[in-house]
Amino acid sequence: MADAADTLLRVEHLTMRFGGLVAVDDLSFDVPERSITALIGPNGAGKTTVFNCITGFYKPSEGRLALRHGDSAAWGVLDALTDSGARSAKSAGGALYLLERMPDYLVAQQARIARTFQNIRLFQGMTVLENLLVAQHNRLMLASGYTLIGVLGFPSYGAAERAAIDKARLWLDRVGLSERADDPAGDLPYGAQRRLEIARAMCTEPQLLCLDEPAAGLNPHESAELNDLLRIIRDDFGIAVLLIEHDMSVVMEISDAVIVLDYGVKIAEGKPDDVRNDPKVIGAYLGVPEEHVDEVKAEVGL
Amino acid sequence: MAAIGQPAGEGPRAKPLASAGGAVTAALREAVVTGIVAFGLLLPLVGFLTGVNGSNQLVLTTRWPLLFSVVAAVALARFGFAISIAPYLTQRTQRRVAAPSAAREWMRRWFAPFAIGFVAVYPMIVLAITGLTGAVKWIDNFGVQILIYVMLGWGLNIVVGLAGLLDLGYVAFYAVGAYSYALLAKAFGLSFWLLLPLAGILASFWGILLGFPVLRLRGDYLAIVTLAFGEIIRLVLINWVDLTNGYAGISGIPRPTLFGITFTAADDGFAAVFHLPFSPVYRVVFLYYVILALALLTAFVTVRLRRLPVGRAWEALREDEIACRSLGINTTNTKLTAFAMGAMFAGFAGSFFATRQGFISPESFTFLESATILSIVVLGGMGSQIGVAIAAIAMIGGTEIMRELNFLKQIFGPTFDPTQYRMLIFGFAMVLIMVWRPRGLISTREPSVYLKQRKSVAADFVKEGHG
Repeated sequence: MADAADTLLRVEHLTMRFGGLVAVDDLSFDVPERSITALIGPNGAGKTTVFNCITGFYKPSEGRLALRHGDSAAWGVLDALTDSGARSAKSAGGALYLLERMPDYLVAQQARIARTFQNIRLFQGMTVLENLLVAQHNRLMLASGYTLIGVLGFPSYGAAERAAIDKARLWLDRVGLSERADDPAGDLPYGAQRRLEIARAMCTEPQLLCLDEPAAGLNPHESAELNDLLRIIRDDFGIAVLLIEHDMSVVMEISDAVIVLDYGVKIAEGKPDDVRNDPKVIGAYLGVPEEHVDEVKAEVGL
Repeated sequence: MAAIGQPAGEGPRAKPLASAGGAVTAALREAVVTGIVAFGLLLPLVGFLTGVNGSNQLVLTTRWPLLFSVVAAVALARFGFAISIAPYLTQRTQRRVAAPSAAREWMRRWFAPFAIGFVAVYPMIVLAITGLTGAVKWIDNFGVQILIYVMLGWGLNIVVGLAGLLDLGYVAFYAVGAYSYALLAKAFGLSFWLLLPLAGILASFWGILLGFPVLRLRGDYLAIVTLAFGEIIRLVLINWVDLTNGYAGISGIPRPTLFGITFTAADDGFAAVFHLPFSPVYRVVFLYYVILALALLTAFVTVRLRRLPVGRAWEALREDEIACRSLGINTTNTKLTAFAMGAMFAGFAGSFFATRQGFISPESFTFLESATILSIVVLGGMGSQIGVAIAAIAMIGGTEIMRELNFLKQIFGPTFDPTQYRMLIFGFAMVLIMVWRPRGLISTREPSVYLKQRKSVAADFVKEGHG
């Protein structure tokens, strides 16, 4: 593997088997920091499985998933950490986490990877504001002294909660939901629910944001707004984004790099323009082998 | 017959603000239309009658008087409906839209303080009305008994209503609390006030113990295991005769004292100390205030917890467990704290139950108790404190009221026993309420925090939880 200094997440030889089915087969890629990386591919290519492995919802059958915090010198301890059997190693200026060894909630809590879901998973019966406060659970839990201080009503918890509400308000402004803050999340229109899910993920203060089809069901105007939001997240917050997306207007416009999966195998990787013209990729999307691409293209009039 | 005029029935609803004269004209028009429709439909059905005469020939007879009287009746009924009932229905639907303004706001703000105030002076009211001797029944059977179930309902509400974990064995923790107090008080002579927190801790320990094996279970599977857990505890209490005395139960459990003053007829008893004539009512009033304080503590802690991260995590767990994990919430700990908190309050209630009765046996901790407490929570509206309290009053108070309906014996004969029918009546009442309000008496959810305006969350959005 190239030892690029700015690598944030490194996926090496990731394989996920469900019984006899190999959903992801020996997949390796890097996600640099402050970047938007798109993971694309036809339906059933294994994109969401990769996400579930990275975020700890699945235990990979094979492979190493490493995430770096802070100083890039942290990569130096990667092999030592792998041999030690521990989940993470802290060094002077940073830390390194082996995600395949961590349960899902610790991936979010310690490695600080936030995610959204293909089928939106908001807390529908709770208000928009409450959704954003639940996202800040761990910090507030600490402030409430694991509930003890909070039940007794000490003012220190009140201050922490006000700070959390301020943070929530900031994100509500950013995704244009301030007016709906006190409405139940299930009452929002579809596009707003998508934005709220991203805001909720951002309230966990992640290092890496994984978005599973954030533009699904959005109209062109909303897709353009989503592009702006993702650019803000990358440029202003310096957070890396890994996204699965079918909407090419999103993928091609904002991605720094695109990785194409087909049947669990990486078939292409590179800049959006390179990938767009790759015959292998076109073949995968058309569902034909590479050598027949030209015939089919002529046939369907592309 | 009313269904016949249904297509024309949209008239008055579309014009709710018509003047009185206009309303009569509209109603008349509607009655005429209904009459014509009824005539058309009934002409072949009622107007003509075919029959067979003596020589086996088909004959047609007409029944004009009958036909016209039926049509007139239908038209008249429609007129009456349009003039009197329809405007009322329209008004009601409009009121329902406009209602959440003043009246509901007022209710929301003042209901709880008024209710607490009333409950606080209830023994005084009863004493004033019935005197010393008659008061025991009303304070004990209605006050104390209901408050125990209010407290149990609030405790279970944490597990079922907030965290969305269906628990069918809640009575097990009640039993743990009762037996902890009974055994420790008899063996070591410790006081009620010391053993009360201890019983709560022991019960919550058992709550965590139950929590561990069921963490991975959801929905029906969780319910079955909690049901089994409740039965295991009961069977242990029956069969561990050396410790629990089996079916015979434990008697002679120490009664609570007020700073060491007992409520007996002895020389240093409560009545003697305060130079009052002895009466059992003092103890009952004392017990009433103890359970009232315990119940209010439960409510207070629950209200507080709902506004803390742990409470929000419970509700988030009920809404979507996978999303919780994706936000870094340790769902294992969250579920265990819900079980532990719920069990703790059951433990408090159990030790109070033991000291109030002075005698406990496994008979008091059957599945029927779990079912009663769960139905209080479901009936009241999962997650709603006031709803649960109202449901407890209705269910337990209703049971007690059955005992008072002796006048029914005059109607149905001396062998009639109204308490025999209480399960039948309750089953029926429950079905009716569930048809009327499928999500319980108070089904809306109050948000724990708000930015600009507090808006209730409609029941349609709130999930029940899947274990």
